[in-house]
Formats: sequence, structure tokens, C-alpha cells
Amino acid sequence: MRSRSLRCNGAEVRVWEQGEGEPIVFLAGFGGLPKWIPFLDGLAESRHVIVPSLPGFPGAAGHDRLDDLSDWTAATLEILEGATDGPFGLIASSVSAPLALEAAAMQRQRIAKLALIGPFGIHDERSGAMDLWAQPPGPKSYPPLLCASPERFEALWDKPDDMDEIEWQVTEVRAREAAARYLWPLNDTGILKRAYRITQPMLLLRGGEDKLVPRACLEKLKAAVPGECLIQEVAEAGHLVELDQPDALARLINQFI
Amino acid sequence: MKNLWFHLMPYKELPDDFRDRHRSVWVDIDPGLLDPNRAHVMYNEFMDELEHAAEVGFDGICCNEHHANGYGLMPSPNLIASTLARRTEEAALCVMGNSLALYNPPIRVAEEFAMLDCISGGRLIAGFPVGSPMDTAYAYGQNPSKLRERYYEAHDLIMKAWSAEETFAFNGRFNQLRYVNVWPRPVQKPHPPVWIPGGGSIETWRWCAELDYVYCYLSYFGHKLGLRTMQGFWEEMDKLGKDRNPYRAGFLQFVGVAETRAEALSLYKEPAEYFYGRCLHVSPSFVQPPGYTTEATIRARVQSQVAAAAMQERGKQTKGGGFGGGATTWEEIIEAGYVIVGTPDEVAERLREVCTTLNVGNLMLLLQFGNMSHELTKHNTRLYAEQVLPQLSDLFSEWENRWWPEPMAGAERRAPRQVA
Repeated sequence: MRSRSLRCNGAEVRVWEQGEGEPIVFLAGFGGLPKWIPFLDGLAESRHVIVPSLPGFPGAAGHDRLDDLSDWTAATLEILEGATDGPFGLIASSVSAPLALEAAAMQRQRIAKLALIGPFGIHDERSGAMDLWAQPPGPKSYPPLLCASPERFEALWDKPDDMDEIEWQVTEVRAREAAARYLWPLNDTGILKRAYRITQPMLLLRGGEDKLVPRACLEKLKAAVPGECLIQEVAEAGHLVELDQPDALARLINQFI
Repeated sequence: MKNLWFHLMPYKELPDDFRDRHRSVWVDIDPGLLDPNRAHVMYNEFMDELEHAAEVGFDGICCNEHHANGYGLMPSPNLIASTLARRTEEAALCVMGNSLALYNPPIRVAEEFAMLDCISGGRLIAGFPVGSPMDTAYAYGQNPSKLRERYYEAHDLIMKAWSAEETFAFNGRFNQLRYVNVWPRPVQKPHPPVWIPGGGSIETWRWCAELDYVYCYLSYFGHKLGLRTMQGFWEEMDKLGKDRNPYRAGFLQFVGVAETRAEALSLYKEPAEYFYGRCLHVSPSFVQPPGYTTEATIRARVQSQVAAAAMQERGKQTKGGGFGGGATTWEEIIEAGYVIVGTPDEVAERLREVCTTLNVGNLMLLLQFGNMSHELTKHNTRLYAEQVLPQLSDLFSEWENRWWPEPMAGAERRAPRQVA
């Protein structure tokens, strides 16, 4: 894995890369990526995988300068431009999916295909989804909410020996705050009003045990976009499918892209 | 020293099995539990109690703002304060306060507080809380990550609106107004005293020091657990070069007074157990929304009192207390100092020691708490006013109090029409 950095609105942004070939960009889900994950190895087998951080997520600063969705969309576009030049496939998980959708609506030529994993951005009152933002403090709340195998999320956030405990905690909390800045309180960004501009082929993926994003939300998005759109569920996976089923997910995305 | 009578206005008829059958007293409390006809009775008794406190000699009477809250029936403290402005004469009206980021536009606060100051003849203390996570982020849907930024901007707008000599435009990060011109303006110049209720936020302490505002630690867990927070506050004042004038600080304490200690222990047991057992039954899911606690506060390892209480409760299933310091019985609640009870002399001695130790010149007293009856509340209030308050009034008399209302002269004030 190679690492570089770029700048966005005065803040430093970490970019990880691996593999060779056609570029695909991955935007991480809830909590971001404090570490490289095996799912990315699967994507990089035949392609050039580029993994930029979003502001406030591990590896990037500057979230507190971004107030509304316009600010976040501009930052996302800036980061994607810094990540790669030509047309690319965009994969986004969870809380970063709404930003990928905004970017896709604005840059139809550059973003060739979209694969979204458990995408937030649409609220469905009747679905009974759990509230991502109303969870008890402490380390035990999120892993079972996010993963069918909670130990995978715990391992991702297992503190490295050389990391200060408080700073590690700040990193985790900051990533939640960053997502809340554009998703609070209902995770609805109003994307359905702009979905008519999303003409790229799109694959919507969802863990079969996802407690946060109900299938109804994916169906609404599929109905709103004019382009080709497939919905695929992954068995034995929760919200962060990339942690629960990295190999199966990578296969599905590689086939689609 | 100043003695202020504080009312939370708790709904007094939550069921006995409330903790077992309901998730939270706050945010998603079952609306079916509230009988508006009973609320009518409670509101009028509560306001009578506040008026009674003013009549028997408390320096100030306090109300505050909560939303979707079973122990705080005041979504709008300004409505309560407006009636108190008419039906009291000398007591300071301490509205603790309006959560600035919840008002859109925030000049609504400037207008209503100015109205209260005019109606009361300059008796308003303007409380500007950031607001609890439950009120702001969950009940009112404000983004917790932007709450403080909105709060600071709202504060700046209000202060400018109170002092500007002409109409101005305000082009803020969150508020844009072409014409800002608050009518009326407050009686008190340059503005009513500003008090900031808060938890243990480092930023709040620094901000109070910078702007010369009063910091109020409104703890439900008494002086023993409050000591660490107040020590932190005063140490921060030292670092910032501020004096240790006790009137810079306020503190909340539950108190029950009776003729004998045995009688006090008997009288106040049920209301205290009701409060600590049912009123603080807050779901831990609602205590820490992302971004509400700043990174500086996380680094300082300061945890809010409500978060601490809710997390402690999460780990146990037994009915009863167990908040803050882990007290689970009435005896432990007393021992932990959540509630100070005793004879007037005992209470006065304890409070003198508490205020001296915490160095607090503004003592906010919860003499009604939980399901305490109207009659017992008035009894408690009267005993305190007649036999405790006089023993404390001289405390801190060597300090200048620059944070107290300066009302209009009596001759200039207009008394309300007597109700037939």
C-alpha cells in the first residue's frame, strides 16, 4: 500500500493506493478507515484502488469548516480531483455514499460507475431502522450496530500500541461528528430531488442484516434514478459489508465495475 | 450571598413502575403519561410556589428551559417569567435560560428578554445556556456538531442587537438578517446580567471569564460531586488571571428543612426518591450526540453529569437511585450530599460550609423536587427563608457583586392592577 497526501481547502487529506490498472476510488463508511482493510486488497487485485479520506475522517482534517451539503459536496469533488485524473468508478460505503451521489450528479463524465454499500441519504419513516445517532456512549454500542460480526469493527478500532489513548478516542469521535455534520438528524440529504441527474450505471449493495439502512431506501433511490440500477443483498453481513464479507463484496463490485 | 429559589417544574405523577416500563424521562417519554388537566393544577401550584418564594424574601426566583422532559415542564421559561414579572416586586427574575441556538432567528431571545426586563422594571438575569444534548440535538433536532458555533454567533447577535444605536445588517455564518432592530431594549444598561449554566466544559469556563459572565454549575448530585468541577472552574480562573470573586459562580443544591432532622428525613425521602428514581431515568442513547462534546473537553477527560448518570444507570436494573456517585438508597443519597436535609441550623451550617468550600456566591436552591406536595414545598420554602437564609446573608459581603440586576427605582415603577 502506498500513501500520499493532498490538500483540500487548506487541510491535509491522506490518500492510500494499491494495485495497477483502471482507477477506482473508495470512500469509507461510518468511522472511516483508521487502518487498511482486506476488502481493499480484493479490489486491488486487478485495478488501481485509490482511497482518499474525507474531512474529519481518519487521515483528514477540516470538517469543522464545512457547514452544509454544498460545502461537503465541493470538498468531495476537490478530493476526487486530487485523487485521480480520468474517468473512474466510485465506490462509497455508508455515510460517504450521499456525498458520492452528489458528486455523481454533478460529474457525469468523470464518474463512470457507482457502487454504493449501505448508502445513507434517504429516510424512510416506516422502515423502523435504528437511529445511528442515538447510541449509548462507550465502545460497546457501535460494533453490534454496524457489523454482523462485531469483532471485526472492534479489530478495526483496536488501538495501536504506539497511539495515545485519548487521541485515538478523539479520532473515532471526530469521524462520527464529521458524518453528523451533513447527515443529522435523519440522514436525509434530499438526494431524491437531484437523482434525475444520476445517469451512471449503479449497483446498490446492502448487508442482509443491516440495522441502519433498510431496503426500502435503496428501492426509493433505484426508482428515482434514470440510469441502470441493481440492488444486491449480501448474506451474513451487517451495515459495513466491507468488514463482514470483504471477499464476497469485492467479487460483486469487481464484476460490476 | 444570594439565595435563589429554582423550580424545575417536574410532572409529579409519573407511575411507580416508570423506570421498568419506560425507556426515558426525556426525549421520547410517553405522551400518554401526561394528563393536561393535572398539568393545569401543577403549573398553577408551581407558579404560586415561585411567587411565594419571592414574597418570603428570596433574592431571586429561577426558571429554565427543557423540551420533551418529564421533570421539566417549561419548554418556554419566558412564558413563566412573564407572569412572575407581573406578580412579584423585588426578586430578581433568573431565566436559566434560553438555549440560544434553538431560536431562529436568535433576536427572538433579545426581544423576549428585553420585554421581560421592561415588564419587571429591570429585574432580569439573562441565562444563556448552550442547552443539553437531549433538548437541543434530540428534542429540537439541532446539529450537535454546529451547536456551539451557532450558540456563539447567536450570542454575538443578541448582544449587538441590545446595544446598537441604529438598525444594522447581520451577515453571520448561520444567520443573515437585513434589518436588525430590537424593540424594546432592556431596562438594564448595557444589558441584563448574563449567567451561563453549564456542565464541566473548559470552553464555557474560558468564555465566561473572557466576557465577565457568571458560570453556574447546575448539578443534581450535590456539593460533594460538584467540588471537582468547581475546583476546575476556579483553577481555570486563576490561570486566566481572574479574581476569585464568589459572585462569578452559581451552584444548585437540593435542600429539605424541617423542625427536626428526623422529621426532615421522613418528609423529603419520597420526593427525593421520586426525583432520583424516575426523573433522572434518562436513556444513555440521548446523552452524547456526535460533536456535542468538544475535542478539548474529551482531552480534559471531563464527562457531563447527565452522561455519567445515564451510563451508571445503564449498568444496573434496580429501582431507586444510583446516580452520579452511585448512591442507591435514601441514606446514601443523604450521605453523598445530593440532598441536604436537617433543621434550619443544621442546613445553614452545611450550606455555609458548601458555599465557602465551592466559593459560590449564588446559591440556587431546589426546595421543590420530585413529587413534593404544594404544602410541603411552601413549608420548606418558608422555613428556609425565615431561619436559614438570614444565617447566610452575610457570607461574601466583602466582595462586590457586579453580576446582579439593577432595577428601576421604586418610584419609577408601575405596579400591576390588583386582581379583584
